[in-house]
Amino acid sequence: MSEIPAGLFYTEEHEYLKPTKEDGVYVVGITDYAQGELGDVVFVELPDPGEKFGRMDTFGTIEAVKAVSDLYCPVSAEVLAVNAALDDDPALVNSDPYGEGWMLRIQVKDERELQELLTAEEYAKHVAK
Amino acid sequence: MSYVPHSAEDVRAMLEAVGVAGVEELYDDVPRELLLGRDLAIPPPLAELDVVRLLRSLAQRNEVLTCFAGGGIYDHYVPAAVDQILRRSEFYTAYTPYQPEVAQGSLQVIYEFQTAVCELSGMDVANASIYDGASACAEAVRMAVAVAKDRRHKVLVSATLHPHYCKVLDTYVAGLDLDIRTVPHVGGVTDLGALADSVDGSTAAVVLQNPNFFGALESWEDAAAIVHAHGALLVAVFDPVVSALLKSPGECGADIAVAEGQPLGNAMSFGGPGVGLFAARREYIRQMPGRIAGATVDEDGKRGFVLTLQTREQHIRRERATSNICTNQALNALAATVHVATLGLSGMRQAAELSLRKAHYAFERLIATDGFEPLFPGTPFFKEFAVRGPDPAGVLIAKARARGYLAGVDLGRFGDSALAVEDGLLIAVTEKRTREEIDGLVEALAS
Amino acid sequence: MPSSDVPERALDDLLAAEQRRSVPPNLPEVPEHEVIRHYTALSLLNHHIDRGLYPLGSCTMKYNPKVNEEVARLPGFAQLHPFAPREAVQGAFRLQYELQEYLKEIAGMDAVTLQPAAGAQGEFVGVLLMRAYHTARGAPRSKILIPDSAHGTNPATVALAGYDVVTLKSSPEGLLDVAELKAHLDSEVAGFMVTNPNTYGKFEKRIVDIARLVHEVGGLMYMDGANLNAIMGVTRPGDVGFDILHFNTHKSFSTPHGGGGPGSGPVGVKSHLAEFLPVPVTVKDGDGYRLDWNRPRSIGKVHGFWGQFGLHVRAFAYIRSLGNTGIRETAQAAVLNNAYVTARLQGTYDLPYGRGLHESVFSGASLKRFGVRTHDVAKRLLDFGVHAPTVYFPLTVPEALMIEPTETETREELDRFADAMLQIAREAETNPDLVRSAPHTTPVRRLDEGRAARQPDVRYAPTSSAEAVAAR
Repeated sequence: MSEIPAGLFYTEEHEYLKPTKEDGVYVVGITDYAQGELGDVVFVELPDPGEKFGRMDTFGTIEAVKAVSDLYCPVSAEVLAVNAALDDDPALVNSDPYGEGWMLRIQVKDERELQELLTAEEYAKHVAK
Repeated sequence: MSYVPHSAEDVRAMLEAVGVAGVEELYDDVPRELLLGRDLAIPPPLAELDVVRLLRSLAQRNEVLTCFAGGGIYDHYVPAAVDQILRRSEFYTAYTPYQPEVAQGSLQVIYEFQTAVCELSGMDVANASIYDGASACAEAVRMAVAVAKDRRHKVLVSATLHPHYCKVLDTYVAGLDLDIRTVPHVGGVTDLGALADSVDGSTAAVVLQNPNFFGALESWEDAAAIVHAHGALLVAVFDPVVSALLKSPGECGADIAVAEGQPLGNAMSFGGPGVGLFAARREYIRQMPGRIAGATVDEDGKRGFVLTLQTREQHIRRERATSNICTNQALNALAATVHVATLGLSGMRQAAELSLRKAHYAFERLIATDGFEPLFPGTPFFKEFAVRGPDPAGVLIAKARARGYLAGVDLGRFGDSALAVEDGLLIAVTEKRTREEIDGLVEALAS
Repeated sequence: MPSSDVPERALDDLLAAEQRRSVPPNLPEVPEHEVIRHYTALSLLNHHIDRGLYPLGSCTMKYNPKVNEEVARLPGFAQLHPFAPREAVQGAFRLQYELQEYLKEIAGMDAVTLQPAAGAQGEFVGVLLMRAYHTARGAPRSKILIPDSAHGTNPATVALAGYDVVTLKSSPEGLLDVAELKAHLDSEVAGFMVTNPNTYGKFEKRIVDIARLVHEVGGLMYMDGANLNAIMGVTRPGDVGFDILHFNTHKSFSTPHGGGGPGSGPVGVKSHLAEFLPVPVTVKDGDGYRLDWNRPRSIGKVHGFWGQFGLHVRAFAYIRSLGNTGIRETAQAAVLNNAYVTARLQGTYDLPYGRGLHESVFSGASLKRFGVRTHDVAKRLLDFGVHAPTVYFPLTVPEALMIEPTETETREELDRFADAMLQIAREAETNPDLVRSAPHTTPVRRLDEGRAARQPDVRYAPTSSAEAVAAR
């Protein structure tokens, strides 16, 4: 069973959105379920800080040995920071997807968009399909 | 003869196991009206001996001439060891190494090939090969455009690039909205002033061949300074034999280096199969086209090789792959690798130096002959040079042919190209040509 | 290398010092016999068709006749320079011309180019032909349809040529779905790329109707010839309604795969596309043969010279060996061999879309309950001295095992393969660890592909400058 922490927001494409202590600032990554399906992550391509994305725009790609997936920005946002540690050690996405394997730190434009995302419970149902 | 091994008894037993009365039943999904219902209009089967006779008779209609032609395909010496290894069916009857545990031979060869290409080009990384020099050049331009994320759309190509490479490039970018422009040459070498005037912030790549199609020496270094000042990439087209001696693309600051690898261990074979060499700076490895082998370890920690970074390729990334290439030139890459290993550094340098010396001897002899003049006086060259003679190039080639020589390439044949030179004769001299042969050619041309 | 026999001159006179390399390439210096031993030792690590069965679906790994290797090395072929005057290479042009004629007849097409270097480049030519054809009629159109079971080269090629890819779902029987096709057909469709027989090995029963529908909207029908081996001499793509197809001489016509290449991908077309073929085209002119460059509506040039001539020689020799009847026998035997293997494996392995012609796509999904995946079955097969089938393709079959035995395998060899597959299925149940930890008898065991991709080590490089100096 994969880990689906409560209190986070999820997309059907397996990204999560995690609140931080700062107002309107969230962290984006992919779920434990997604990393398990992909297998050994070998490369993560991330945008530069300052780039802006609309809801469910592609913000990068993630590569395993024999698979590649787009990464989607769960809500409209501006990138504040990206996880540079993934350059050297992309396997952090496998070992700690909700912690050290994070991808983006974003400033959310309109928090009302969060309502469109799945709760932990809904996401659990989604992956059980 | 066919290579179907079954006896009538085998066929009967197999049909019985399948549960059908005849092979035709297995084609039940093919609508009856689509069945050919006749023999193909192709001659009847031949025994092996007859096939050999037939192919010999065709081969005999071709003339094996003492070769002074180049223009991208060169008659360099291939050591005997190369063909002995090529004939090993362990290599030539193997498929692409998709099951690495039973393909370590092919995979290590690719790794060694990549190493040799890197060493010769002076670049950081290389792939397992592209079809030929022309498509490698086209792929390099496409890659440069993809690397330039700011939608640069202009590509500058020197007029001294191989005319066929220009044509192939035009074809390869047909689906892209690119502006391909030619930079003229002065005296047989690229006009760097014109290059500096043309390159700007919208330029993605500049393509420069050295030695260029005329055999003349260009300066990648000077070009690189101009190109990089505008954030564009320099695509260097090099010659892997000449590279043992000439300053390499990597040393000169090239970003991508490509070449026709035929001169390394491959027969001229009427221009194919050759092998496209493709190398780049390390930072661009994820944008490279084609297969790449890499070293790793197995479960016991033993060193081994696999195809790697496969997410770039068509079988995984499909419409977003860096290229559509699948099958490459693996066996030709093997030939190149064994060639380089057999000659070693000293042999490679000797081949380059002998070609250089003999080409200059041939040039001096010819120019000392009545009626011959260099097409580009004073322009330094390496193993190939262009002259104008007392007769049209076609006539000169016919004269030499009568004495068993292929005198060179008629530059008039590139009628619609920027470097077509009516009456120009392009002569290449490799280490294989003896002084006697060179003197013989000069005599034949002067007669 | 011999010593120089031309008058000695200072190197600086010939090549200025600043033009020369400052650092020589780091190349090995070893005696010839060490080179031979090294590459011989490497060769012994390879599985290859001369050692045993190579049932890679869609790859057609048939025996490569030795005579073809001999004739390709005749000096009259191997030592030809591409720029030799036409009079000196009439035999070569004649061979190319006649090969074009044979391919036309086999495919039911009106014209053939031998220029493309491999199947993928043939596809590229095919799509550019579509572009040229439609452009000549007003506009290039914007999209190309591809079934979901297609090879990756198809969508990659379409994108390379600047078209949008539209993926069509296959029907539950593993065939093209006519309703799905109709839903996507409009005047923006430049063409439909189809593999027939398709990647499940199935002949597209409704191909005539499908071709008619595509033609009705002005689109073109493209056939990926990867699976031509199953139908050559039996039915012809040109008669079925295809406008363009590419051949893979390294599949159907037995030119050796070479460990990954070289291939050769001639393209055949119907007459309405002939004027767009890439330059040059080898043509007959009176009693002789020549290259025709004067084709103003050509898509241009794709190969540096005249295509993969060395492969043309081999394919020509192969076609003439087989002759009119041998080509059909070859297809039929390929289909019989697959039917036999399929009959032996069916029941043990799932066959979601049923038996194909020359290949069948099984699923290893039923072994998942023992914790064994198709990947493991493939690795375990290596222990039996046979190569694994194509796995995890097509993408539409879970845990796919795509098996193509080819016509050159004997019944005994097919039995050996089937026995191995059945034994592995039993092992999956009784001793899954044995399968999961396979292979056990190969030169190396499972390799860490993640490490290879994360820390790319793609060339030998001395680790220090001292080592670099020592290496020289």
